[in-house]
Amino acid sequence: MIAIVDYGVGNLFSLKSSLIAIGADAVVTANAQTLRDADKIILPGVGAFGDAAKKLNDSGLSEVLIEEAKAGKPLLGICLGMQLLFETGYEYGIHRGLGLIPGEIRPIADVIPAGLKIPHIGWNALSFPGEKSPLFRYINEGDHVYFVHSYYATKCDNYVIANAEYGAPLTAAAQRGNVFGCQFHPEKSGAVGLNILRAFCETEGTVC
Amino acid sequence: MITKRIIPCLDVRDGRVVKGVNFLGLCDVSSPVKLAKYYSDNGADELVFYDITASAEGRALFTDILCEVASTIFIPLTVGGGINTVADFDRVLKCGADKVSVNSGAIRNPALIGEAAKRYGDQCVVLSVDVKRVDGVFRVFAKGGRENTGMEAIDWIRRCVDAGAGEVVVNSIDTDGVKNGFDLEMLDAVCRAVSVPVIASGGAGCIGDFTKLFTTLPGVDAGLAASIFHFHEVAIPDLKAELIKNGIPMRA
Repeated sequence: MIAIVDYGVGNLFSLKSSLIAIGADAVVTANAQTLRDADKIILPGVGAFGDAAKKLNDSGLSEVLIEEAKAGKPLLGICLGMQLLFETGYEYGIHRGLGLIPGEIRPIADVIPAGLKIPHIGWNALSFPGEKSPLFRYINEGDHVYFVHSYYATKCDNYVIANAEYGAPLTAAAQRGNVFGCQFHPEKSGAVGLNILRAFCETEGTVC
Repeated sequence: MITKRIIPCLDVRDGRVVKGVNFLGLCDVSSPVKLAKYYSDNGADELVFYDITASAEGRALFTDILCEVASTIFIPLTVGGGINTVADFDRVLKCGADKVSVNSGAIRNPALIGEAAKRYGDQCVVLSVDVKRVDGVFRVFAKGGRENTGMEAIDWIRRCVDAGAGEVVVNSIDTDGVKNGFDLEMLDAVCRAVSVPVIASGGAGCIGDFTKLFTTLPGVDAGLAASIFHFHEVAIPDLKAELIKNGIPMRA
């Protein structure tokens, strides 16, 4: 069973539907025990880093996510959910994330040339800086996925498994052992996105 | 590099797609779910659904259908039509829409865009604006293009973007239905005025119109059309192949 964390941030309809479409058994939950019982966990999210981090902390789910990830359970963060996996977010202040992947979240305005539109919104191609992650076993370098974001993960070079070029290479996906993050929305990225979710659903847990 | 987007638009009334005819290999050409899946499988980068229903029953049916579409296809969905309140945003977002397009609702209540952007984020709020030249000035029209609001269009668009609209769909009434190309002059004026994505609508008649749009105006992010796709005058894979040949970045 795959648990989608419901902490009051964003709309989970499409994510749940996309998992059902690939034959996965998905539940949307805010229950700590359900997260502990799940085989895998997906942390979604849209909105601002600070609000979301606070909601995760206030609900007590942060600790559960950290415990489960450290015990080796596969965890996938999507969009803001990906950003929350990192140590620090610089969006309207400085906020602590879950700290599961070293790195920080900064405005894309810091790195992209002036004149490019913000947010980075639309379909962009993935490039793989190193060895292909198991998350991408069913897709190819150059495949397009759908992005909507104004902040990106940086100072996390050792963990970047995909980049997208938008005037500068932006971290599109990161991985540290059993913890994965996609800045883009696999649930809105057509067949390519479904194949990424399928690969995640097949991931075996490991201890990092 | 971010690609340019090709967006088919489906008008839905009482649960059926209006004008959804002439589709090869589709037996139920007015089923929103089947048409959406057809487009999604054939290269559409995004879909826009306009609810042109007048009745409350029709509106409820529309949201049911939207849920079904959103659980069948997995590309971005924008919904417009009958969006007058933040509660309307909530209604369609819960059914799996990613973006909500406002037109007359924002003209009647200019605070709507700001309220919705604050709650759901700028990226969720799309301004759709019907524009027509009157004595050489771009004017905003309401009620499906029937009523001149008297507002100057570029000023209105700028105000809406400042209030939080994250994208602008520019429907040129002057070129709509003429099939002689997009309104490049009007689109250029909008691109110069705002820094959010601009979506061109109205006037596409052939593949060359899209090539001209994207090569002439690099600031335009997407081309939207309805009948040329519905009537199979332009097939999206052919369109994209031609655009790629002309150096326009596209999702193949």
